[in-house]
Amino acid sequence: MSTAMTVKKQEDKLARVERARDRRTYTPNVDIIETNDEFLVLADMPGVAPDAIDIQYEQGVLTMHGKVEPRQDEEKTNWLLREYGVGDFYRSFQLGEGIDCDKIEARLKDGVMELHLPKSEANKPRKIAVKAS
Amino acid sequence: MLTRTLNPLTALNELRREMDRVFDDFWPRFDGGWWAQPATFPALNVWEDGDCVYAEAEIPGVSQNDLEVYAVGNELTIKGTRKAREGEDVSYHRRERGTGEFTRVVTLPVDIDPEKVQASLKDGILTVTLPKAEEAKPRRITVKTS
Repeated sequence: MSTAMTVKKQEDKLARVERARDRRTYTPNVDIIETNDEFLVLADMPGVAPDAIDIQYEQGVLTMHGKVEPRQDEEKTNWLLREYGVGDFYRSFQLGEGIDCDKIEARLKDGVMELHLPKSEANKPRKIAVKAS
Repeated sequence: MLTRTLNPLTALNELRREMDRVFDDFWPRFDGGWWAQPATFPALNVWEDGDCVYAEAEIPGVSQNDLEVYAVGNELTIKGTRKAREGEDVSYHRRERGTGEFTRVVTLPVDIDPEKVQASLKDGILTVTLPKAEEAKPRRITVKTS
């Protein structure tokens, strides 16, 4: 039963992503950093406003989708130089076990998404004291 | 496109950048840092209307304090630094975001009025508005009927 539910949820998710893709979508560059307490994901999403980002963590899969509205009228603008296109950012990752889902925090600053994924208590490294016998 | 008519070397540079981009798209990115990035940073979009030239660059993670913009004659310079995250117990699983200093100089097709140049930074996007020098603006000539 639980498998069926999972499948259905993923279908929903795919359908939503598909709809969003009538605009161009780009893959953001990311850093994934691990410290003792957490995983930190940094993603370059220039032009994404803080209220235009959608982050989901489900079944170990982290999905981020930043929406970007076109800033210029592509057809009417008199371009002199075009080195990048403007569109949404989308990327997803399979993360290992042991994330404390309730404590995930995201911030967006200067076009960089900063996602803190705290490790669950059981997964934090522990120092084992060795007793001298 | 901007300077092709003015400087043949720029056309070569542009070709090289085009090639870089083809390879960049073709080969998978290595987790390597700065050298894995395209040859030029930041990428620029430039457009114009009758009064101004506009330059836009994606520079996520660069704060206003770490950014310098200069405009002289018909040249625009964007300089800055993107800082890396440092720490003692930090280990990288993936590192695609470049860090360090960058400089980009572009030659514009017209002279601009450096006094009136404006720059703004929002959500990691730098927009520079460069008003054209008076003599470079298009003028509409009224045709008189005789």
